[in-house]
Amino acid sequence: MSDHVDGNALAGDLREIFAVDLTVATGQCAGCGYRGSVASLRVYQNAPGVVARCPHCEEVVLRLVRAPGRAWLDLRGTVSLEIPLQA
Amino acid sequence: MAIVSPGFSGRRQSADVQLPPGQYLTEDFPVLTAGPTPRVPTDRWELTVNTEAGQKYTWSWQQLIELPAEKITTDIHCVTKWSKLGTRWKGVSLDVLLEEVETAADFALVQSYGGYTTNLPLEDLLDGQAWIAYRYDDDDITPEHGGPARLLVPHLYFWKSAKWVRGIQLLLEDEPGFWETAGYHDYGDPWREQRYQGD
Repeated sequence: MSDHVDGNALAGDLREIFAVDLTVATGQCAGCGYRGSVASLRVYQNAPGVVARCPHCEEVVLRLVRAPGRAWLDLRGTVSLEIPLQA
Repeated sequence: MAIVSPGFSGRRQSADVQLPPGQYLTEDFPVLTAGPTPRVPTDRWELTVNTEAGQKYTWSWQQLIELPAEKITTDIHCVTKWSKLGTRWKGVSLDVLLEEVETAADFALVQSYGGYTTNLPLEDLLDGQAWIAYRYDDDDITPEHGGPARLLVPHLYFWKSAKWVRGIQLLLEDEPGFWETAGYHDYGDPWREQRYQGD
């Protein structure tokens, strides 16, 4: 059994914080520059928080920790997120 | 009538046990990981202590296992709320490893193969409170549980007991680690339920 699932697993948590579904956004990894959809990230969720890693270099691009009544989102491993919007 | 002492069962009964607040008892050993599991052969493994003055101390695997070791039986408490009682380990006390290390540091940043880090006050690594463990339940520690060697600091939440330990940076100033920079408590005392920042 794989030890990770794909970035679609982030949909529920991210939708609560951002009004749009960020899994369709295109992110750029701060480690290697790889660009890909948030849905293509490798997500490790058997952990104290959710850790999403670059599918190219395995560096951490996103971390999300949930506590009762609050959440922390760490995007230091992401250069940018390109978010599609309705024209 | 024979008197049966629960002490002979080899395992404490759960009714006798007081757990830290918010914890539940588990009999298995859940595997938590924030990334791919590093697999480090012991002939390439080393442990390094770097001081705040730039001095470097290194132990090979062979040097580690030749040091005086202790057997430790201890309860462990994960911040995800499971606790496991009476876990049995073997390892080298940090008192032994740091005995010859000259430092004025008050803090430590523990570093792992795979990039994980966690921080704690140096005093929490000393006085019989922390070990570099390399045996669990009379066996080698599996990679999934942090082998070949992991830090064991059981008086703090188990995220402080870094798997795949490869180094300790001694510091004059506190430097938060992987989970401590993402909302988790800087110290992590389970008995004071210090799970998240501000707890």
